[in-house]
Amino acid sequence: MQATSDKRWFKRLGRSFSQVPLLGWLLGALVAVALEQIGGLSLAWAVGLPKIPVLFGFLMALKKPLLVPSALLYVVLIYVLPIGVIARVSASPLNRLAGKLFSSSLVISVVIHLGLLYATLHVWAGISDYRLLVLKLALIAILLTLSLNVVNGYMGEFSCSHPGFMALGAYGASICTVVLFVDDKLFGSALLPAAIGPFFFPLALILGGLLAAVGALAVAIPSFRTRGDYLAIISLAFMFIVKSMIENLEIVGGPRGLSSQPDWANLPTVFLWTVAGIWIINNFVRSTIGKALNAVRDNEMAADAMTVNTRRTKFIAFCFAAFWAGIAGGLFAHVLRYVNPSTFGIQKLAEVLAMVYFGGLNSVYGSIVGALGISLLGEALRPLEIFKWIIIPLLLILVMIYRPTGLIAFREFDVVKLLQSKQHSEKGV
Amino acid sequence: MPLLQIQKMTHYFGGLRAVYDYNLAMETGQVCGLIGPNGAGKTTIFNLITGIYRATEGKIFLEGSELNGLAPHEIAARGLGRTFQNLLLWRHMTVLEHVKMARYSKISYGLFGAFFGTAQRHREEAAIEAKALGLLGMMGIKHCADQVVVNLPYGVQRRVEMARALAMDPKILFLDEPTAGMNPEELAQMMEIIRQVRDELGLAIFLIEHRMKVVMELCEHIQTLVFGEVIAEGTPNEIQNNPKVIEAYLGKEAVE
Repeated sequence: MQATSDKRWFKRLGRSFSQVPLLGWLLGALVAVALEQIGGLSLAWAVGLPKIPVLFGFLMALKKPLLVPSALLYVVLIYVLPIGVIARVSASPLNRLAGKLFSSSLVISVVIHLGLLYATLHVWAGISDYRLLVLKLALIAILLTLSLNVVNGYMGEFSCSHPGFMALGAYGASICTVVLFVDDKLFGSALLPAAIGPFFFPLALILGGLLAAVGALAVAIPSFRTRGDYLAIISLAFMFIVKSMIENLEIVGGPRGLSSQPDWANLPTVFLWTVAGIWIINNFVRSTIGKALNAVRDNEMAADAMTVNTRRTKFIAFCFAAFWAGIAGGLFAHVLRYVNPSTFGIQKLAEVLAMVYFGGLNSVYGSIVGALGISLLGEALRPLEIFKWIIIPLLLILVMIYRPTGLIAFREFDVVKLLQSKQHSEKGV
Repeated sequence: MPLLQIQKMTHYFGGLRAVYDYNLAMETGQVCGLIGPNGAGKTTIFNLITGIYRATEGKIFLEGSELNGLAPHEIAARGLGRTFQNLLLWRHMTVLEHVKMARYSKISYGLFGAFFGTAQRHREEAAIEAKALGLLGMMGIKHCADQVVVNLPYGVQRRVEMARALAMDPKILFLDEPTAGMNPEELAQMMEIIRQVRDELGLAIFLIEHRMKVVMELCEHIQTLVFGEVIAEGTPNEIQNNPKVIEAYLGKEAVE
C-alpha cells in the first residue's frame, strides 16, 4: 500500500510540474544561482563544506567521500529547492506571460528566454574561473557534436575527420588574430590596432570555418563516389594528415603549438556563437533541403528518383558540418589561448563520437544532451583519475545496449513548442 | 511528337543481354502496360528510362529532348515519376515529409533560406505542405500524414509512394507492380486511384503488372516482354488472343 501511494504522490508531483513553462524553469534557475552567489559560501560552511562545490558537489564528494551528505544537502538547498518552489509557484502567471509573449512576437519571446538562460549561466560561472572554463568548453562541445551529428546522424555516413576540421578552424582563426593583432615572436608585431580586434574576431572565426569547409571538400570529392566504409577510412586518414601537417609546419610553431591568442572568446561570445550554430543547423535540418539528408541516408535510390540531387546534398552537408567544426575549433583555440596539434588526435575523435552517439543520432536535443552530459561527466569524474575511463565507456555501452541510437534520437527541436505556454494541456486533459 | 519515345534501346549486363531492341511511343493521358514472366527485364526497362542504368544502345526522348546521359535526379525533375516494386520508402521519415521531399527540385529558397529561415522559405514550405496534404487527401491517407512510414500497413505504404511520385508533377508516372501483395479490397482501391490519377491529373501512366485483371482493365496498350524482347504488343484484346503470348506467358489462364 505504501508503495502505491508513494507512486501516486510521485505522479501527481510530475503532473503539477509538467505545466511549468520553460520561462518558469529558467527563472527558478536564475534565482538559484543568484542565491548561490549571495549566500553560497556561508551555506557551504554551515553544512560543513570547505568552499562552494564547483560542479554540484561531484568533485568534492569523490575526493572526500565523507562529505557526500553535506554536498547533497548543499545541492538540494541551493538548486533543487529554489528551482522547484519558484517553478511551481510562478507557473500560472508565467504561463500567461509566456502565452502573451508567444502570441505577440516569437522573436521577443526567444530573446527573453535566451537572455534568462545567459544570465543564469553568467551568474553560475561567476563563482569560479574553473566553472567558466568548463562552461565554455561544454558550449563549444555542443557546437562540435551538433555539426558531427549532421554527417553521422542526419546523413548516416561515418565521418572521423572532425578533429581535423577543428584543427583547421583553430589554426586558421588563430593565425588571423595573432598575425593581425598581437606582437608575437613567430609572426612579428601587430598589423592592426587591438581596439578593432573584437569586431574582427567573428570574421577570423568564419575564415577558420571556411578553411575547414575547403578541407572537407578534399575528403568529399574522392569518397562520395561510393557509400559505406570508404568515408570512414578516408576521413580518418584526413585527420592524421592534418595533424602531421601542422606538426611539421614550423611557421605555425610545429609540435610546440601556437599560443598568445587574444582573449576575445569570453562567455557572451561563445554563448552567442553556440546559439547561432544551433539555430542555423536546426533551421537547415528541418527544411525540405535538409530533410534530403535523411532521404539520402534511408534510401539513396529513392531520393534520386524523387529529384533529390544526392551528390550535391552530401557535399553541402559535409562542408556545412566542417564549417561549424571549424568555428568550434576557432573558439576552442581562443578559449584556451593555446593550441597544439596533438589536441586534435584520436582522443578528441573518440570524445566527440561518444557525445554524438550518447546523446542521440538525428536530433538537436540529443547533441545538446550528449555534449553537456559527456563534458560535465568528464570533469565531474576527474578525481577518479583512471577509473573515469572505465565509467564513461561503461555508460556508453549501457546506452548502446538499451537505446542503440542514443538517449534522445530522432526528435525534432521545435522552438515554437518549447516556448509555448503549458497551460492549454491543463484544459486539454 | 509523342510524349515519350524510345528507339531501339538495348542493354547488356556484361555478357547478358537484358533488353534488346525496345521501342515505345506514349501520349499524354495514355495508360500502357508492360507484362512478362519474372526476369523478363521489365524493371530493367524502368531503370533504363529513369536513368538508374545507362542504356548500352538506343535513344530516349521526352517531348523531343534527349534523356540519355542525364543523372537520375535530372531525369526525374524533367517529369518522370516512379514507384518501386519493393517499396523504397525512407524509414525514419513521416508520410508528409515523404511527399514534400518530391518537391526538392522545385524549391527556390536555396541554401540561404534553409540556413536562416527566411520568409520566402516559410511561404514555400507552406505551399509545398498544402500541395502534399492535397495529394494525401486524394490517396485517402491524410490521417496518416504525421506518422512514420514503417508503422503503416502495406497498402498505405504503396499509396504513400504513389503520392510521393505524384508530388513531383510528373508528365509520366511509372508504376512498378502497384498492386503486388495486395488483398482484393486494396486491389480495387488501387485500381480506382490509378483511374482517378489518369483522369484528374492528365498524365501518362506506364505500369508493370502481374495481375491480368489489372492490366486488362486499365491499359489501352500492352507490351509483352520475354527475355528482354517484346514479342507482342497491342490492345488488351489482341494480347489476350495472341498465340505467342499464350504460349510464352498466359498459358492456361488465357484458355479458361
